[in-house]
Amino acid sequence: MSRARAALLVCALWCAGSLPAHAATAVDTPVDPLNSPSWQYMRQRFLGKDPMVFDARVQVQMPSAAEDQMQVPVHVSAPGLTDVVDVLVFADLNPLPKILRYQPTSAAPDIGFRFKVEQSTPVRAAMRTRDGVWHVGGAWLRASGGGCTAPSVGTGQGFWQDRLGEISARLWPQQPGLERLRLRMIHPMDTGLAAGIPVFHIDRIDMRASDGRLLASLQTYEPVSENPVISVDLQHSGPVRIDAHDIQGNRFAATVTP
Amino acid sequence: MAVAHAANDYRLGAQAVADGVYVFSGRNEHFTRDNGGNIVNTGFIVGTDAVIVIDTGPSLQYGEQQRKAIAAITRVPVRQVYVTHQHPDHYLGDAAYADASIAALPATISAIQTQGNALADNLYRLVGGWMAGTQSQSPTSTATPGVVEIGGRKLRLIGTAGHTAGDLMVYDEASRTLFAGDLVFHDRAPTTPNADLLQWLNALDQIRQIDFKVLVPGHGAVVRDASAIEQTRDYLQWLSTSLHTAAEQGRDMVEVMNQPLPERFQKLAVHDEEYRRSVSHLYPAIELTTLPRR
Repeated sequence: MSRARAALLVCALWCAGSLPAHAATAVDTPVDPLNSPSWQYMRQRFLGKDPMVFDARVQVQMPSAAEDQMQVPVHVSAPGLTDVVDVLVFADLNPLPKILRYQPTSAAPDIGFRFKVEQSTPVRAAMRTRDGVWHVGGAWLRASGGGCTAPSVGTGQGFWQDRLGEISARLWPQQPGLERLRLRMIHPMDTGLAAGIPVFHIDRIDMRASDGRLLASLQTYEPVSENPVISVDLQHSGPVRIDAHDIQGNRFAATVTP
Repeated sequence: MAVAHAANDYRLGAQAVADGVYVFSGRNEHFTRDNGGNIVNTGFIVGTDAVIVIDTGPSLQYGEQQRKAIAAITRVPVRQVYVTHQHPDHYLGDAAYADASIAALPATISAIQTQGNALADNLYRLVGGWMAGTQSQSPTSTATPGVVEIGGRKLRLIGTAGHTAGDLMVYDEASRTLFAGDLVFHDRAPTTPNADLLQWLNALDQIRQIDFKVLVPGHGAVVRDASAIEQTRDYLQWLSTSLHTAAEQGRDMVEVMNQPLPERFQKLAVHDEEYRRSVSHLYPAIELTTLPRR
């Protein structure tokens, strides 16, 4: 923690010196507090040359070790960070690092979900604020192997074929103008890495007010767990429409009333 | 080889808990390379011409050392082994008793046949070299609940479930000693990877009715009263209630893991890790009951 804080301080200084005019030196990536072997590549791939800081306000909460590699629970949040327009969650050392992307248009930048992990890895959240800066936080997850390359449970049972896309959901009003949405969809979320099972996953879940106004938009990738369970906090009161689709073009929709 | 064995010494010392009844007490810890998986209680009962062993520990070496420690107490040979349930710390020493009958409940046998190798692999990763030569093997016979007489000792075999799909308890009538397996934990947080909490609580009600003088829990110190039963029941009841309440409040799984435990459970060994593991095991099914289909 103190190491992370020290690193944050270093990056904050670095950024203060380089923003916005001197961002051309962006290849001088600040020191990774998680000391990951592939941080440089992750940064290049996901954040490009955008300015970034390691920011302890961006929290990735999860158990330190994976009890079930197929269903590792993660909760991403950023207490004290405002104006977040884009959230990207990835695991450096997963064969498929990108887990999800989330635009909290009228929502807190917080999201709960579960994912499949292949081996011990840093799990990171990068949050882009309106000023264009990525704020990055994360933690190490210990795991011993096998989450991404094992077939989904449902694929073996044929259970999903009858219930594909079935949505179960509920709204919990938190305070005026803020409500939690929890939803679960039935989908195998196959990674394509298990022998003989092609990639097949939900790739978009939009949450809208009943007048069609977009509240939040979520893009899910291969590592998101089978039969995804998602928790988000919407700045909204009243019913929410869920519109989702998978990479084969199947569309799923539901309306949730408080 | 001799060196490796000397390094991996579980230092098993049998503790007499009643006339002819002994217990090997494990540490109230998680599996580590330091403890070699000796986190479990096993035991034995000495009859006139047969010794009955209850659980054989986490590895072949444990089983071998347990057998030696028994031979240091009595010349009577081991004829019968009972495996209380499918968890690897309780039966992977079975191979040290190839010449005895090894019995378990049918649900335990089928779980060992389907998951045994994966569980043994996992234990190799956790404790390393202590596992040398250990292989999961299926019990050789089915334990039938009821009264049996072995070596002049009348034993009541009690078949139940809740901690796993098959939980066998062994009750020695003469000494009124109950080997409760992992249905009862003592000063250590219970584990739940295969648990059904409702069944488990019912099983604890059943244990309360048993007229025991000595109770050997699966983990934690031997007791002579109902305190360990009550402690296990209190924890499981709290776990069930708090997970259901959290789901009703719309809590996300990680938020539930981050809830502090009530003070009375903070003295339980490994409570933090076990509670988080339990949320992983149990919360997915519980939260679904609060998410109506749309």
